Amino acid sequence: MSDPLNTPEDAQQELMAFMAGGQEFCVDIMAIREIRGWTAATPLPKTPGYMKGVINLRGTILPILDLSARLGLGMCEPSGRNVIMVVQIANRSVGLLVDSVSEIIMVKANEIQPAPSVAMDEMKALIMGIIPVGQRLLSLLDVNLVLPEVEVEAA
Amino acid sequence: MSADDPFEAIKQTFFLECEELLTDLEASVTALTFGDGDGETINAAFRAIHSIKGGAGAFGLEELVRFAHVFETYMDELRSGRKTCDETAIRAMLHASDVLADHVSFARGLIPSMDEERSQTVANDLRALMDDGGPVGAAAPTPGPSLDPIEAEFDFKPVMFDFGDTTSVPDDVTPEGWIITFKPHIRLYETGNEPALLLRELARLGPCQISLDTSELVALADLGEPSACLSWTIELDAPVELESITEIFEFVEGECDLVILPKGNSAAFVEESSAGDVDIAALLAAATAPAPAAPATDEVDIQALLAMATAAAVPAPAADAPAPVASVTPTAPAPSAPSTKAAAPSGNASAAAGGQASIRVDLDRIDKLINVVGELVIQQAMLAQSVAECGLAASSTVKVGLEDLEQLSREIQDSVMAIRAQPVKSVFQRMPRLVREVAEMTGKNVRLITEGEATEVDKTVVDRLAEPITHMIRNAIDHGLEDAEGRTASGKPKEGTIRLAALHRSGRIVIEVSDDGRGINRERVRKIAIDRGLISADANLSNEETDNLIFLPGFSTADSVSDISGRGVGMDVVRRSIQQLGGRISIASTPGKGSVFTMSLPLTLAVLDGMVVRAGGQTLLSPLSSIIESFTPKEGDLHRIGARDWVIRFRDRFLPLIDTGRVLGFAGPDAPEITGRDGIAIVVENEGGSQVALWVDDIQGQRQVVIKSLETNYRKVDGISAATILGDGRVALILDIDALVVLGRQQANQSEFKIAS
Repeated sequence: MSDPLNTPEDAQQELMAFMAGGQEFCVDIMAIREIRGWTAATPLPKTPGYMKGVINLRGTILPILDLSARLGLGMCEPSGRNVIMVVQIANRSVGLLVDSVSEIIMVKANEIQPAPSVAMDEMKALIMGIIPVGQRLLSLLDVNLVLPEVEVEAA
Repeated sequence: MSADDPFEAIKQTFFLECEELLTDLEASVTALTFGDGDGETINAAFRAIHSIKGGAGAFGLEELVRFAHVFETYMDELRSGRKTCDETAIRAMLHASDVLADHVSFARGLIPSMDEERSQTVANDLRALMDDGGPVGAAAPTPGPSLDPIEAEFDFKPVMFDFGDTTSVPDDVTPEGWIITFKPHIRLYETGNEPALLLRELARLGPCQISLDTSELVALADLGEPSACLSWTIELDAPVELESITEIFEFVEGECDLVILPKGNSAAFVEESSAGDVDIAALLAAATAPAPAAPATDEVDIQALLAMATAAAVPAPAADAPAPVASVTPTAPAPSAPSTKAAAPSGNASAAAGGQASIRVDLDRIDKLINVVGELVIQQAMLAQSVAECGLAASSTVKVGLEDLEQLSREIQDSVMAIRAQPVKSVFQRMPRLVREVAEMTGKNVRLITEGEATEVDKTVVDRLAEPITHMIRNAIDHGLEDAEGRTASGKPKEGTIRLAALHRSGRIVIEVSDDGRGINRERVRKIAIDRGLISADANLSNEETDNLIFLPGFSTADSVSDISGRGVGMDVVRRSIQQLGGRISIASTPGKGSVFTMSLPLTLAVLDGMVVRAGGQTLLSPLSSIIESFTPKEGDLHRIGARDWVIRFRDRFLPLIDTGRVLGFAGPDAPEITGRDGIAIVVENEGGSQVALWVDDIQGQRQVVIKSLETNYRKVDGISAATILGDGRVALILDIDALVVLGRQQANQSEFKIAS
């Protein structure tokens, strides 16, 4: 995945915008493998609260992470209207449970502003920058960091 | 070892091939040991060694090449009939193949050091055998450790070579030159060989007179099917060994007519003939009306040459004077040598034709296929379920179609699983060597009988079988079998027998290691168990229970720790490695008659037999192999000990009870205590052999499931070994019994700590 902050000024980037915990976020579309509806997950014992469990994705065991809980925005009570974004992190696939996905946006690298210093640790750690789109403000999420324990193993 | 290095990749392929070749070699030598080997068996062994040597040379593995060369030379002596294949020879071969295997392992980096001394000893033994009884051999220089194979092959000194018949060839004579007739078959060209290169190689040996015979060339107009029409006659004016010449033509073996005659000698060496290519020849004959002479020569050449050889005079010592044909002393060995050689390629060709075509496929690819097929089966079941819910008539095309689909997908699944299945032969074949070594060390006479080598089981299981089997065989020879005097005293044949058998039984593979030794001394086992505090002194144990004591950790019956089986590991290690494979081991012993160890293992590690249970509202799978019994506790069976620990009465013993749902955190801390819920206790045995009971809400049945790793996309989860997908498409977790026991213990401790603080 290319680093959106280090690409040339005029390079266009495609980002997927979505809602999680009532706020708007976006991620590099290249990280997204597929988007599917919510199916009940089998809970895993001894895992952090934001780990919803695992589901069967065509024969592979896919861990599901509640992005809202991960960002400190409160647990998501999933229903049929929620969506799972399957993202590729290093060589693993992970499902991110979000409220909904909205659209694909095209941004130039210079439209991405550095993340302001905010109080919440979870937020600060995962946000690479912010993108104003009209009246809205989207936070650009670094998906590589959403699974902390996996990140440690990979390093 | 970088995978990116193409050379390294080729080298790995070479080692894989070596493994197969060594297995072939071992098989050939074993066949010879049991007396059911023939000329072709020796040939097969020779080819295996030769191929290893060839590859090793390409990779510059000098030590390996050096040893293989000696071994190969010796095998050549045997296959040519110059040395007889007697017991001494077989023993030498056994040792040599062991050392060769060690060399390969060393070159591969599998063993840290090479026993050079042993290698030298065995190599010298081989040389000594070659030198025996042959005047030529005796005169040949005995190459020291610094023997350079290249030098040995290409210098012009005679090195341990005789002309096939030591009785008729006077000492120390290498002919001054050779006359070689070389007629390539069409197949030689088809396989991309280039005669010019072969001729150039020949020319390197010395000055050559090469003449081309175009007499068989057909006119352009008559040219039909492609056919080989050219032949060459080469007069080589150099006193080189026959071996140097045959080596050049080695890779076109069976693809040409090759006649090598010592210049000035009438004794013929038919090195190659087309006996094995009759089919090609016949095809050619059928296809081309003005058949090139090739088909005819197949028979004629051999016949003529044999006749020639039979009538051969003793080759004259003076090489330039043709030996008078009249002064015939028809010695029997003279024709026998060429005829053996003529027969060899035919056997070779038939073996090649009879061999099954196979391809080498990456394991990952197969696993991927197995995964996808497993998913197909689940998807099909889900589809069938949805269709059933629609309430369609049983005769509807959809239903009929679905049934066919089910059949097909099951068939696909079975065939895919069969790809991974491999005969246990590869493991069994390593055992004769082990038996030999252990028998030598203990000074016992042991015969190994293997049965059911063709029994197939998943590759992963095959790979992991070697260790427990090795250990059990070592144990059987060291502890099971008596020494020769002991055996004679109890009226048994001096030679002890170890039987290694594999068979399929009810969807599992059963491996038996039995011996006809003294059996288990129950008194002694009992005494040791009491001494070590493994059982109480007044324990009332059945014979079977006593026998099974040997599997307990820390139990070793050997009075003194022996070099062979007492390496600080006992039968408990065997049991643990078998349990890790989802198997069980049991023993049946008759005092004075022997013992039988029986291992029962799943056919594959990709699937698992499990008990589907519910605990804390979740569906979980408990591996069937660790379950002993399940029961509904009666009033008064459950007791609380301490703040949170529970025990359960099981056959007059009390076992720790683990509340599965709570330990895994599925049931909240405010969930009612065990006594407040209905449930079932499942008695399981962990790797250490101790028993605990798991408390679950419900048992839903037994099922075979496909194992899916959690680590692929996530990480290891405490208390869970893997996951699986049930028929309804949902994920169920597979319990890791050992981890669960540990978790249960930790939680109990933590909670006690909390209460205390």
